[in-house]
Amino acid sequence: MAVQLCADADEAVAGVQDGSTVLIGGFGMAGMPVELIDALIRQGATDLTVVSNNAGNGDTGLAALLAKGRVRKVVCSFPRQSDSYVFDELYRAGKIELEVVPQGSLAERMRAAGAGIGAFFCPTGAGTLLAEGKEIRVIDGRTHVLEYPIKGDVALIGAHRADRMGNLVYRKTARNFGPVMATAATTVIAQVREVVDTGALDPESVVTPSIYVDRVVQEASA
Amino acid sequence: MTPDRPAGQTALGKHDIAARIARDIPHGAFVNLGIGQPTLVADHLPADAGVVLHTENGMLNMGPAAQGDAIDPDLTNAGKIPVTELPGAAYFHHADSFAMMRGGHLDICVLGAFQVSASGDLANWHTGAPDAIPAVGGAMDLAIGAKKVFVMMTLFTKTGAPKLVSECTYPLTGLACVDRVYTDLAVFDITPRGVVVRETFGPTVDDLAGRLDLPLIPAGD
Repeated sequence: MAVQLCADADEAVAGVQDGSTVLIGGFGMAGMPVELIDALIRQGATDLTVVSNNAGNGDTGLAALLAKGRVRKVVCSFPRQSDSYVFDELYRAGKIELEVVPQGSLAERMRAAGAGIGAFFCPTGAGTLLAEGKEIRVIDGRTHVLEYPIKGDVALIGAHRADRMGNLVYRKTARNFGPVMATAATTVIAQVREVVDTGALDPESVVTPSIYVDRVVQEASA
Repeated sequence: MTPDRPAGQTALGKHDIAARIARDIPHGAFVNLGIGQPTLVADHLPADAGVVLHTENGMLNMGPAAQGDAIDPDLTNAGKIPVTELPGAAYFHHADSFAMMRGGHLDICVLGAFQVSASGDLANWHTGAPDAIPAVGGAMDLAIGAKKVFVMMTLFTKTGAPKLVSECTYPLTGLACVDRVYTDLAVFDITPRGVVVRETFGPTVDDLAGRLDLPLIPAGD
């Protein structure tokens, strides 16, 4: 389906259901789609499962969503940071579930979801707490852990530019999880700094092709 | 960076350990430096070493920390510190970045540790304390992925407990994954025949054997 170019972030996040699994891009604040998250807070969806590398920094973005009590569970690799006090307090109070996933397995589980892979055997985490209860198999003499895909109902990602078809390019390390999450959710919503005319992006440089992208909104602060 | 103390005589400071590790990184190697003290190794790599630094958040040929106008929120390292790019840098997404690790494309990673066992098990992600919030990041992927895993740590905790141990008591990051351990008092190789002391900085091998609860093999034996 053709991409929907949205007038604002509220239009972009319309219809997110309670109980959804929401993939949220960014590594720390780099690439985090803060305007989409703020719009999701206004939109009101709750009982969410959030999949993101971190569990919020400071008081903005994902941390603000957590602070509003909208998130039932966080799936991430690195919740504990010097400025993750919002998550820390919720976790210690028993108000939020946490699934810690090794960072590469987190990315690959979403890649698998986007690529139609049913599951995969991965050596990361073999013999550790994070493999407990998971099926293992020895392949070429090495122990592997069976990892299942992580599929989102919605992905909120930040990119640098979009064209009017929804092709995306990123900037520097703000790319991080964006291209993987863009493949792995039913509805993919991208916040970009600039929307350019179709044909203005070099096709050789497109990182996320438009087929993955459902809605695009230009940042209000851009 | 000025070394803390003359090498080869007394216990090394963290900058000396970093310099010692840097000397063992071959020209042109692709290297990942873990967050925390291992990042100091970058300060001791000569500009002509041709070493390419990988950062897990999607970049090769990462440059030094960014200062002043060079700070760009879109360009950070694994510790979320603003960094710079060197000529020949490349960006890629997270699944590719970790495929580089697991796929055996990184020559060396340098990681901090709570404990390393005599068989090369690594514990560096979780103290296991009941009130600790577990956070693994990329540690498990790096530990099992890089061709060589170097650990940089002090040999003893602040309370004097050995960190090179017969078996780790902290939750493991990876099994049998560490190749070499650089500490303030000695450098150790983890080998199939046991822990080999490559060099010491002050103590004798016998001194170390008396303080560590595991057999040590002198280099050359």
